[in-house]
Amino acid sequence: MRRVAIVSAGMVKVGRHVDKSYKDLFAEAALKALDCIGNEVIPEALIVGNQMSSSLFNQDSFGAILADYVGLTGIPAFKVEAACGSGGAAVYTGYMAVASGLHDCVMVAGVEKETDHATPKVTFALGKASDADYELIYGTSFVGLNALIMRLYMETYKAPREAFAKFAVLMHENAVNNPYAQMRYRITVEDVLKSPVIADPIRLLDSAPLSDGAAAIIMCSEELARKITKDYSVIAGIGMGTDHVYIASRRDLLSLSASLKAAEKAYRMASVGPKDIDVVEVHDAFTIMGIMALEGLKLAKQGHGWKLVEEGVIAKDGDIPVNPSGGLKARGHPVGATGVYQVAEIHTQLTNQAGKMQVPNANVGLAQSIGGAGTIISVTILKRP
Amino acid sequence: MSSPTHITRLAPYREKLIGQECLTCGNIQYPPRKTCIRCGSRNLKLKELPRYGKVVTYTLIYYLPEGYDYIKPKAIAIVELANGVRVFSELTDVKPTDIKTGMEVEAVLRLIKKGGSNEPPIYGIKFRPRIR
Repeated sequence: MRRVAIVSAGMVKVGRHVDKSYKDLFAEAALKALDCIGNEVIPEALIVGNQMSSSLFNQDSFGAILADYVGLTGIPAFKVEAACGSGGAAVYTGYMAVASGLHDCVMVAGVEKETDHATPKVTFALGKASDADYELIYGTSFVGLNALIMRLYMETYKAPREAFAKFAVLMHENAVNNPYAQMRYRITVEDVLKSPVIADPIRLLDSAPLSDGAAAIIMCSEELARKITKDYSVIAGIGMGTDHVYIASRRDLLSLSASLKAAEKAYRMASVGPKDIDVVEVHDAFTIMGIMALEGLKLAKQGHGWKLVEEGVIAKDGDIPVNPSGGLKARGHPVGATGVYQVAEIHTQLTNQAGKMQVPNANVGLAQSIGGAGTIISVTILKRP
Repeated sequence: MSSPTHITRLAPYREKLIGQECLTCGNIQYPPRKTCIRCGSRNLKLKELPRYGKVVTYTLIYYLPEGYDYIKPKAIAIVELANGVRVFSELTDVKPTDIKTGMEVEAVLRLIKKGGSNEPPIYGIKFRPRIR
């Protein structure tokens, strides 16, 4: 396999876009990414991460309809779905396409439009990430699955409730520096603990918001990347894993085994370990998932992730800066787009384009994308060339 | 929205807690699959699971998906059955404030989703506090 580079990234501010359709959001991100590389290179394929186009907008043929909207009709174009991990799965697919030599240059995009609909409808659509026949049928929400895990985690590891709140507080602190973030304001531990209960013990401010957004990156062979720009990053390692969708069947409900599998592959491929990572974007759809995500990347031992929050290790000036973007909690979580945002954000870190979010001397960065309550997980490690 | 055919096909496993026993390694699993989730064997036979167990973890859901907001909050739990198999289910016949992890529960057949204009009602197993 040959080396794969990222040469440009385009992002839309995450938020509630009443005036824009999912096509407009996609086009804004895609055209930004295309404008960065000039006219000499045209993507040979479009791979789109998205979860709910069919549930919320009755639209399949999703890749082709988006390609048409930005003048790319003719090229291979299709959607990749892995629930809220769709973005990471699209990056994984784009990597395969370029590393294999099938394509020299592809666009990987992610798009999701959640705020056009009433919340119960979106709650049901998001719930399809679970086992439809044996979990969703009971009327559980996706938040409910994470709440089951959070209660068990707190009781098993004696993790204080405040540690989870502090994770959310840190994410909001970081998002203040992110021009693309949905929630650019600070909150307090008390705000989190007093916010409404969504699915006990998860409260509103433990949860990522409902979001609209789109992000796009252009991936090339490294050979082609050198001709396009000097500001490129390289995908040094990538891995993916799965666990039982029906969470009661999992060997250990408190181990993100799909993440451990994905991370092990990515670390080995990139010849790095957890200690070598300079900046991380983890998939903190809920504060519990943010903390377990750290354990799933071996940044903390199982049951100890919450201590990294308490000790300040994951703050922007800590040993392992986590989510300088504000994470899903505060950057926002346009589900199928999120994994592409994360890789775009790590790319901007490694090419010194992250502005106030910039982590000094970041040479190795990692993005983790989780579909379902720990079900389909991808890990992508980027390096400077 | 699910089809009546699909609902009928799944009814035996949802209404009676019918799982599988692996004849190669002895693992018991729910719901049924084509292979054993522990050893990969295809040598499985259907097996009715115990009706008693205890709550491993639970949640009370206040913001429910479309079509389910007639019970609020909804009590969802993972129950460990007497033989160690864990199942995902709903708790019933209990005040939300009385639910505790570790509480003993028993399986009962209940309505799990109301029918709609184009959809039959769906029945399945819920768990209530064990009556001794």
